[in-house]
Amino acid sequence: MNNPEANDEVSTTKEHQADTPSLRMISVLTGIAMLSGFLVVFTSQLTAPAIAENQRIAIEQAVSKVIPNSVSHREFALVDGQLGVVEKGSNQKIVYAGYDSDGEFLGIASRASAQGYAGMIYLLYGYDPFCQCIRGIKVLKMTETPGLGDKIITDKKFQKNFEQLDVQLNKKHSALKNKITMVKQGSKKNDWEIDAISGASISSNAVGKALNQSAQVLLPELYPLIEQLKQAE
Amino acid sequence: MSRIRDNSISWETFNEGLWKENPVFVMLLGMCPVLAVTNSAMNALAMGIATAFVLVASSTLVSLLSKYIPKQVRIATYIIIIATFVTIVDYVIQAISLDLYNALGAFIQLIVVNCMILGRAESYASKYRPLKSIVNALGMSAGFTIALLSLGVVREILGAGSLFGIQLFGDNFQPWVVMVLPPGGFLVLGAWLLLFDWVNQRQQKKAEKQEAHHAS
Repeated sequence: MNNPEANDEVSTTKEHQADTPSLRMISVLTGIAMLSGFLVVFTSQLTAPAIAENQRIAIEQAVSKVIPNSVSHREFALVDGQLGVVEKGSNQKIVYAGYDSDGEFLGIASRASAQGYAGMIYLLYGYDPFCQCIRGIKVLKMTETPGLGDKIITDKKFQKNFEQLDVQLNKKHSALKNKITMVKQGSKKNDWEIDAISGASISSNAVGKALNQSAQVLLPELYPLIEQLKQAE
Repeated sequence: MSRIRDNSISWETFNEGLWKENPVFVMLLGMCPVLAVTNSAMNALAMGIATAFVLVASSTLVSLLSKYIPKQVRIATYIIIIATFVTIVDYVIQAISLDLYNALGAFIQLIVVNCMILGRAESYASKYRPLKSIVNALGMSAGFTIALLSLGVVREILGAGSLFGIQLFGDNFQPWVVMVLPPGGFLVLGAWLLLFDWVNQRQQKKAEKQEAHHAS
């Protein structure tokens, strides 16, 4: 920076600046923007199949975790209380039906979300209509504090809550018989209660809230469709 | 622009970024990813490689095109070029691993505003021939990646008891959680800066002593 040559150059370019026509500036910017557009579209086209495949694998793994023993799954869209075909890009409510190796229907996986401590917590949970319970959850996305809030994923005792969480419907099949409730760590007495993690109560409460909100709406809607799902495969 | 500059490539061209003007430890540039994504060694490495790709690719293009870019629109042009390569990296990481993509979060897109990259384009790539710019960009990238890794490794070992996801200690290890949280980033960065400065000062003193010795 301290050599005199550099200083000379600055002064010459300053004189030079005055006579750069704006047409040239526009054409250079346009040219570069076009080049950039081409590169981005090219990469996007090139990577699209791999990205779609990755997302499919991620869902596959999540579904097989929340519906134990399931080896394959099918996607359904819930439209007006009916099972429909999933349309790409639309904002449909999607459920995943899991089947075992003999094609027997095992359960339904659905997404749920709630506000956690540092942001939204998105999770997938598996519903088993035979025991009318939740069989497992998998956190898909969260931004909870590492070491504290992320215990909702790593804490084995907490995960145990969801091996058989009771979500029976009431007699009218309009809502859950017992609301999913959070209780203090170690005081779980009933099957529909979840032991919160001490030190991460906001995060673990959010999981309970997400499950309750989703199950209260989804399960009554699913109830008349279970027979249909059993025969779907 | 007349090209009167020295375009010869030497070890110095590379070493500038690696040690003498290390973007993190000497120039303190790009602190945002340095502090934010170094909570594990894997994240640090991925971020380093992503930044390296953007830096090398944009330096090449800027250096190739510098003759045609009018001075008045140069910053805008550099930003377009950098943003293009960042978008490409964004797609590629999604294609490689969604877990990694989620772990790095918004910081991939934020490579656009990493001042180290714009700084290289403005102060180096636009002035030197492509080959020299590439060598320099590689050096800077190596320096940046090593810096990120040295933070990531320390933070992961202390804060999670693992390295690249492999558990190092038994179950009784109580992780020092603050190390993987933002404050840990500042603590570890501070410690590394201290070490770096101390080594540098010692070297300088040694050199001075030797000079004095020769003089007498």
